[in-house]
Formats: sequence, C-alpha cells, structure tokens
Amino acid sequence: MLELEHLSKIYADGTRALSDINLSVREAEIVALIGGSGCGKTTLLRLIAGLDRASAGAIRLDGERLTGPHPAVGIVFQEPRLLPWLSVFDNIAFGLDGVSAAERKGRVEHALEKIGLAEHARRWPRDLSGGQQQRVAIARAFVTNPKVLLLDEPFSAIDAFTRASLHEHLLGLWEETRPTVVLVTHDVQEAVTLADRAVVMQPKPGRIFDELPLTLSRPRDKTGLPFETSVRRVLTALDHSLNTTQQKPQRERDRQAAALWW
Amino acid sequence: MSGQASSQAWSSQKGAAALAAPPLAEKRRAFDGRVLLGFLLPIVIALLWEAAVVFGLAEGRLVPPPSRILGTLWALAETGELWTHVWATLWRILVGFVLGAVAGIVFGALSGSSQTVRRILDPTLQALRAIPSIAWVPLFILWLGIFEESKVALIAVGVFFPIYLGIAGAILSVDRKLVEVGQVFRLSRFQLAKRILLPAVLPEAVIALRSGLGLGFMFVVAAEFMGASEGLGYLLVDGQQMGKPDQILAAIIAFALLGKIADSLLVLLTKPLVRWQDTVRESL
Repeated sequence: MLELEHLSKIYADGTRALSDINLSVREAEIVALIGGSGCGKTTLLRLIAGLDRASAGAIRLDGERLTGPHPAVGIVFQEPRLLPWLSVFDNIAFGLDGVSAAERKGRVEHALEKIGLAEHARRWPRDLSGGQQQRVAIARAFVTNPKVLLLDEPFSAIDAFTRASLHEHLLGLWEETRPTVVLVTHDVQEAVTLADRAVVMQPKPGRIFDELPLTLSRPRDKTGLPFETSVRRVLTALDHSLNTTQQKPQRERDRQAAALWW
Repeated sequence: MSGQASSQAWSSQKGAAALAAPPLAEKRRAFDGRVLLGFLLPIVIALLWEAAVVFGLAEGRLVPPPSRILGTLWALAETGELWTHVWATLWRILVGFVLGAVAGIVFGALSGSSQTVRRILDPTLQALRAIPSIAWVPLFILWLGIFEESKVALIAVGVFFPIYLGIAGAILSVDRKLVEVGQVFRLSRFQLAKRILLPAVLPEAVIALRSGLGLGFMFVVAAEFMGASEGLGYLLVDGQQMGKPDQILAAIIAFALLGKIADSLLVLLTKPLVRWQDTVRESL
C-alpha cells in the first residue's frame, strides 16, 4: 500500500507545485494521474521516486516512510533515458547489482522476450526506434521487481499505433509481478485503457480534484460502450477541473447513476 | 479487436525492421578508398613546384623543390641522424604530455565534480591559463636548468590547460537526466562516477586529450628553440643558422607526419571507448 499524506511541494522560487495531496494506492492497483499541464503530476511522481524532497507531508510504502530513492520503487521517465554506452542487455541489467550473474542473465533475457526485443540484446540504444527504446526503459524498471512502478507519461512522445502495442507490453509485464502502478498521463484513452482508478488533478496549486474508479474488466475492449462511457466520464471531470475552479466536484455516486441512466 | 490487429501489424513491422536492421555493434567498416582524395592537393602542389624549378621558372634556393627536401630527409634518415632527433623530440612530448594530461585530468575531475573545489581552484587556474606558456621559459630555465627538465615542464604546462578545461567542462555538461537514472538505482557517489559520469565524459575527454597532444607538439618546438643539441626543433634552428632551407622543410615534414601519426594513434587507442557514440564522427 502506497500512501501519500498531506504532501506539499513549494519550489525555491515560491511556486506552489503541490498542495495537500492525500492518496492511497492499494497493492497491485493501477492509478492514472490525469490533468492539464502544470498541475504537478510529474512533480508528484518525482517526490515518490525520491528525486525531489517534499516540503511537507509524508510518503509511506507499507508503513515505511520513503525519504529518498527506494529499491522497491521503480520509475520510467518521459524519455527512455537509456545509457548510450551500454548495450540493450546491459541497460536492462543496470539496476541488477545485487543478484548473481546467472539470475541476472535469466531475468534480463526473460524481460527481453517479454518486450519482443530478444534479438536486439547486443545492439546499442542508438540502433533502436523510439518505441523500442521506451520498451527497454520499461523492462529496465521491471527487472528489479519493484513493488511500486512510477510511469511519467512514458508514451507521450510515441505515435498512437505504437502506443497501443506498448500498452499491451506494459500490461504483459505487469501481469507477472503485479506491482502497484502510478501512471502520469494527459491522454484520457490511455488512462481508461490501463488504470483501475483515474485521479484528476487541478493546477495552481497542484491538487487532487476528483477520483473516478474504472471498473471495466480486462482485457478492455476499446470499441465497447463501457469504455466509451468511462472515457466520457473522465473527460467531463477533466473539463470541470480546468474550467470551473470554484465549482465543487459532482459527487461520484451521482455521476455513476447518470452513467447507468440509459 | 483493434488491439490484436495492431499487435499483428507490429510484429510484421518488427520483422521488417529486423531485416533492414543496422549492422551489429561489433561489425567494422571496410576501408573507404575516398580518404585517398586527401593526398591529391599536396601532391599536385608538390608536382607544380617541382616543375617550376625544373623548367627554370623559379630558382628554388630558398624554397627548395620537393625532390631536394625528400633527398635531405632520406640522407638524414640514412645516417641515423633523423632518428636521434625524432626520438629526442618524441620522448620530450611523451613525458610532458603524460605529466600534463594526468594533472589536467585530476584537476579537471576535481573541479568538475565539486562546486567548492571549482570555486577555490578554477579562478587561479584560469588566471594562470591567461599567461602565454612561453613566458614561463626563463623561470623554468632558472629553476630546472637548461636540459630536459625545463623542456618537459614547458610541454606539460602547454598540455595541461586544454585537458583541464575539457575534462571539467565535460563533467559539468553531463546530462542531468542520466544522472537521475543512477540516483533512482541508488548508486553511491563512487558508483555514479564510475558507471555514469566516466563513460559520459569519455568522448569529450578524448577530444581534450587530442588538443592537448597538439599543443604538446607546438611547445616542443618552443622548448627546443631555447637551446637543444638534438631534436627536430634543433634541426630547424640549425637549418636557419646554416642556411639550409631543405633541412628546415625536412624537419617540418617530419613534424607533420609525427603529429598526424600520434593523433591517429590516440584516436585508434580510444576508439573502443567511444564507439557507442551516435554522431557524425563515424562519417568524418
């Protein structure tokens, strides 16, 4: 269980990036943080990853307070951030320091298999396409078996066609160890495709506006009516969050009732 | 449905990509004959000058034709005199370069990796850099005598600054995003330096070493001008005093060849370290 308690972040120049964030994410839950630009999604993720320090509040993982990068927390950035001097294999193995050579090899090869890049193990990152590089980055985060995996808009720079296949690769890897996933995105379709719950955020200062459970069964049929309805619900919440900052969020129960009306 | 369709399309796309995949990292490029084009211009100029002297259009006493220069070079090589001079010069450069490079790397690394050290060290070193290195010569001679030590010291000073600047600058310009990858995997300071900073600065470090080596060749001449009984710089001075322009030009050509060979050797030795680079250098 990942818990954020009264989390705030104020930058040195006085910008209030996040204000009083409270969120708890169950084990194996996939949560999508969604919101317009500048609402602190990435900041929140960097706090959980331990790359930045919170100004106030606490982050707990299974009761343990996180104060810096933690072995049980992995992150995939917006860019692949592969190390250009390491082969694909060595990039994936980068975080596997404490394990034996044989296990290391086994885990990396399994991950390569899973992301469909087994024949590219000995290549350099520069020889891969953007989508392939991002798959390597995802595999690099997965091989250390983190309890919490943070994804910072990992598919935003990738075309829609490749993105769909990356979603499948991601869910395929997730199925194996079922880590808790916090996914930052600005793509509503992506949130509904992957997440169990959408958390809509609001800018200035960054805060949580509303939470919507996405209880569709998996695998999700993107052409089906329930999917469409969920997308519309998230979009409506997003609209409210951006336009009427004063307005209180409509109660989730009401909205679900409205969704069931027809 | 659409997911399946796209994954099928993906696999065929992947297949196509594998077919057209770039060569594996290990594969070497074949020799490209076009590099020989570089020899065209000097050869044409040499032939034109030779012809001008042969046909009496130029006298060739102060600017001797290529045949005479090569003849002088050959004669020097045959008597073994050339090799004495070449070894003397190369030895000075090697010792000076190693001293200057080691100091440059150490100080550059310190100054690049710690802000406090940089604040203390950098202003002084920048001020010293502003002094023309030749200005040290009288002092070095007083301190170290007129023999090898003062020459080597001058070369080391010349080599030091470009390497110091290059290494410090390279460390400062390492991508923060890659450093964050190291932080996420909780690398210690030493591990971070070894696994991320060191490989990241290598390409720029090689360039710094190359410019340092170039300056080493520059300063060896200055050092040998200030009084030497052997070395290519001595050949230059001797050629001037004895009125032998062919010997001067022979020494200059020897410098050009040695400099190029030394630089190529450095590139060759460091190539395995920077082969991963995704730059146009491969095609240059």
